[in-house]
Amino acid sequence: MPVIDLPGGAPAIAGAPPRSPSRRERRSRHRSPLAPYAFLAPGFLLFLALIIYPTVRAFQMSLYDWKIVANASSRFLGLDNYVRAFHDPHFWTSLSNSGVYMLFTVPPQIVLGLVVASLLNAKAPARPLFRVLFYLPVVTSWVVVSLLFTYLFSDDGLVNYALSDVLHLTGHVSWLSDRWTAMVAICALGVWKGIGWSMMIFLAALQGVPKDLVEAATADGAGRWGRFRAVTLPAIWPAALVVTVMLVIGGFNVFTSVLLMTDGGPGGQTDVLLTYMYRLAFSNLDFGYGSAIAVLLTAGVFVLSVVQLRVFREPGGALTK
Amino acid sequence: MTAATALGGSTRRIHPLIALRLVALVVGAVIMVTPLAYMISTSFKSQAYVLTFPPQFIPHPATVANYQQAWTSQDFARYFANSLGVAIASTAISLLLSSMMAYAFARFEFRGREVMFRILLLGLMVPAMMLIIPQFVLAKYLHLIDSLPGLVVFYVAGSLSWNTFLLRGFFSSIPAELDQAMEMDGAGSWSRYWRLILPLSRPALATATIFTFLACWDEFPWALTVINTPTKRTLPMAIQLFHGQNATQWGLVFAASAIAVVPVIVVFLLLQRHFVQGLSVGAVKG
Repeated sequence: MPVIDLPGGAPAIAGAPPRSPSRRERRSRHRSPLAPYAFLAPGFLLFLALIIYPTVRAFQMSLYDWKIVANASSRFLGLDNYVRAFHDPHFWTSLSNSGVYMLFTVPPQIVLGLVVASLLNAKAPARPLFRVLFYLPVVTSWVVVSLLFTYLFSDDGLVNYALSDVLHLTGHVSWLSDRWTAMVAICALGVWKGIGWSMMIFLAALQGVPKDLVEAATADGAGRWGRFRAVTLPAIWPAALVVTVMLVIGGFNVFTSVLLMTDGGPGGQTDVLLTYMYRLAFSNLDFGYGSAIAVLLTAGVFVLSVVQLRVFREPGGALTK
Repeated sequence: MTAATALGGSTRRIHPLIALRLVALVVGAVIMVTPLAYMISTSFKSQAYVLTFPPQFIPHPATVANYQQAWTSQDFARYFANSLGVAIASTAISLLLSSMMAYAFARFEFRGREVMFRILLLGLMVPAMMLIIPQFVLAKYLHLIDSLPGLVVFYVAGSLSWNTFLLRGFFSSIPAELDQAMEMDGAGSWSRYWRLILPLSRPALATATIFTFLACWDEFPWALTVINTPTKRTLPMAIQLFHGQNATQWGLVFAASAIAVVPVIVVFLLLQRHFVQGLSVGAVKG
């Protein structure tokens, strides 16, 4: 469906009769120039107050030894909170855990989401049923699935039963009490919960792949892989880009699952940036340092998103330009 | 093959590739559904059978005691009502405000249009959790701490970017000739928005409703941070506390969880037929 972007509904129909001047005159008479602002105002003001203002405020707070208590004055520290992060080993541990989480959840969600979407896109029987089944984890709350995976990965849980008693691959593992095995459990949850979401976006994108091009490529003797690369991939590229950017942002945003599955334990080993930030702010009341970490994280997300959008704008971006 | 044929709803012979595809899908679906199925199964087990080894897949003996206990204990019904009220109010207000903004962006030419749209898109790039500290300070200042309407205000603000983005894409795809025809008949911009654009945008509105309702119903970190009074808790908070207080009573925890999933599934099933359509026009093309 072509996006007909006609701002103001200006008569831009090709070959419109030449009486448009009089029409335009009449329109400008009834059209108040304030109308768009009236439509925008309520939402946009709320957005400015509760999203944009706090974003700016986070930068400001990060420069202070911020006191939440009334009457206590906050001391200006300049960039000290940032220097502190740089020298804080726990900051680096949390950052590397966030990185590990992203590395092991984003690519699997993209690949598996695309595979499932392709399987469902062709004439798969019982499509709606499969769509719902794969989407169920997405619609289940983070709190519920985090508790569920805590149970599945508990010492006498289903995962140990499957891996050790049925498949004999491992002994009984105490998953959530060691840094790396806990990260495995947390990442497994991230992938399981996210596949349905990327599948849904890819499914929508695959419907926009031009069928005649697929047929032409087939007639030219292109194989499955050739057709995928030449026709499907370029058509779904914008969607893939959206999925990737959103998943990377989502990866940085991981919080509830870590909080509920390990609470950063053992000994803060599985803290990700947000659980560390949260503890700094709401347990230690160190709002300034917490804000500094939030700002670093926001900056990181922003840079990563811009880089992805620039580099992957089209397939083989650099080559075609 | 008989199962596959039955699923396909026809008695024709199924092409081997399709059969292979089906096998792959079934295996994937089983992996995806097993954790949830196991959760439901556990919610019907009495405490003695929750951590038996080897695990029991079909609860025997099955009991609904967990559901009765979860629903009647600790104000659970109140938490359910709190969550439902907050989610419905947030979704309704968010859809109204964001569709109005989307209409302005899709149908008007005005100074600052591009800049305002870009500012709004920034909201997509800043994950909610990163604003939690300054938002907490702001909410404290505005006395929106520890109140359910306070939750609604912040949930609405947090959902505006995505909804406006999604709806603008859809509104732009509605032929402008329809607006012009209505305008010729003397309809003002509000009535074009309310009587033309909104009714034609059901798929996009359904998609936005699902996403927003879901996000508000499931939201946990913000509620955890600002709600103190026990009677104002939302369902995710209640479930987490339930787990904290009944550490190994998994049957009870999962019965509560299963109850919490019901409204989501209802909303999803009611609206899902519009869902993929709305996504394809708004999110991906927009």
